[in-house]
Amino acid sequence: MLCQKCGKRVANIQFTQIINNNKHTIYLCEGCAKEEGKFNFGSPLNINDFFSGLMGISQKSTVSPQQTELICSECKMSYQDFQKTGKLGCSNCYTVYGEKLTPLLARLQGNLQYHGKIPGKLYSAVKLSREIQKLKDMLDKAIKKEEYEEAAKLRDQIRSLESQEVKG
Amino acid sequence: MKGWYSETGPESDVVMSSRIRLARNLRDIPFPFRMKKEDGVKVLERVKGAIFQRSSAIGEIYDFIDMQKLNPIEKQVLVEKHLISPDLAESQYESGVILSDDEKISIMINEEDHLRIQCLYAGMQLNEAWDLCNEIDNLLEETIDFAFNEKYGYLTCCPTNLGTGIRASAMLHLPALTMTGYIRGVLESCGKLGIAVRGLYGENSEAMGNMFQISNQVTLGQAEEEIVGNIRNITRQIIDQERMLRIELHKQNPFRFEDKVYRSLGLMANARIISFEESIKLLSDVRLGVDMGIITGVDINILNEIMLMIQSANLQSTVGRALSPDERDIIRADFIRSRIN
Repeated sequence: MLCQKCGKRVANIQFTQIINNNKHTIYLCEGCAKEEGKFNFGSPLNINDFFSGLMGISQKSTVSPQQTELICSECKMSYQDFQKTGKLGCSNCYTVYGEKLTPLLARLQGNLQYHGKIPGKLYSAVKLSREIQKLKDMLDKAIKKEEYEEAAKLRDQIRSLESQEVKG
Repeated sequence: MKGWYSETGPESDVVMSSRIRLARNLRDIPFPFRMKKEDGVKVLERVKGAIFQRSSAIGEIYDFIDMQKLNPIEKQVLVEKHLISPDLAESQYESGVILSDDEKISIMINEEDHLRIQCLYAGMQLNEAWDLCNEIDNLLEETIDFAFNEKYGYLTCCPTNLGTGIRASAMLHLPALTMTGYIRGVLESCGKLGIAVRGLYGENSEAMGNMFQISNQVTLGQAEEEIVGNIRNITRQIIDQERMLRIELHKQNPFRFEDKVYRSLGLMANARIISFEESIKLLSDVRLGVDMGIITGVDINILNEIMLMIQSANLQSTVGRALSPDERDIIRADFIRSRIN
């Protein structure tokens, strides 16, 4: 079938987006997929990761990654336990289950950006980390716009903040 | 009588009480349902240490109550006063609650999360309750490391509390909205706005005595002040509607209106046997009459006291022994009569 965006080239990439139980699928060619830029499907997806991921899936067997049991190293609770009880076992569970929680949290809470209070002791560390993330996003944009001088400046700023992070 | 029952707060003709609750966990200990007994003891010790060494910092006098040492009736008294949740009362783990002397502050330990900090004020005082909760949170934070990550905020046992861990709620008395059926519109709008509406005892309870508890459902994605602000705004709108409808109802048929509230007063002043369900209904009518200045001989604080004491555990604590349901209905009627007359 033809790409749904340009209508000229063959579509060899299928995107399926599931939000609140609604499924949207579109078919694009490589060129249009690249053009679309960063795909914000709830998790930051780099085009390169996506392509390599695709390659991986087509070459490996059909064992889905979800079949490996996720167990928290701290409290020993499994993801299956969580699915049964709806409760997490400890703080570490949030890290271990990571991306798997995102769809559920999106359904429960909607907006997944934390905007609330930060504990006093962690305040400067969190502020620094958010600043670094902001600069990284700006760096991505600068690269896409081919503003390489700007990108270099940002990269240096990021490096200096990151070294602060290691010290602090 | 302590706590919000003994005071008359702002907008007390519609708003019974305002409550802010924060859920917090300690960083390096599993959540209560996965933790071992020693962990439970550790949590208790750390929290007690944090509060009692610093209680002078916020000028409150605190008392620690060990859940394991209370009998079922004593636990139920605390539930009825809204100082602990039914879950804590049923807890099998090491658990307890720290209460301030005026019962405005209640810190539950090892309920679903390690900590549930609650501030309860009379009438519409959501901002004041939030300020106090925030202060206590800051105080605890000085000596306790909370489970927190940058992405999700404060980490909680149940994802429904994730992020700010805040539950802002108001208890509202809405007889006119209920009588006219307009309460349905309120419930629908609340649903659409992500506001939960529950009965007198919170989760899993039904609406009794025209009492409704509204609270936020979402805890992530908004700042605490926004969440509190939303509840305040919705409450504000509901207050206006309720007051307007009360006046309307009375205007439509003043004799019927006054007859209803006075008949209920009559029953309260004279009945010899009365169930909880019936007394809650009568209380609602009489409260309406007092709010609107139709009934003049009864003080609102008396009604608050009655509302507290007609509940089964509190009732039994007045006579110091367990009572059968039939005995309770008689003692309840005695109590009500003594206060009304």
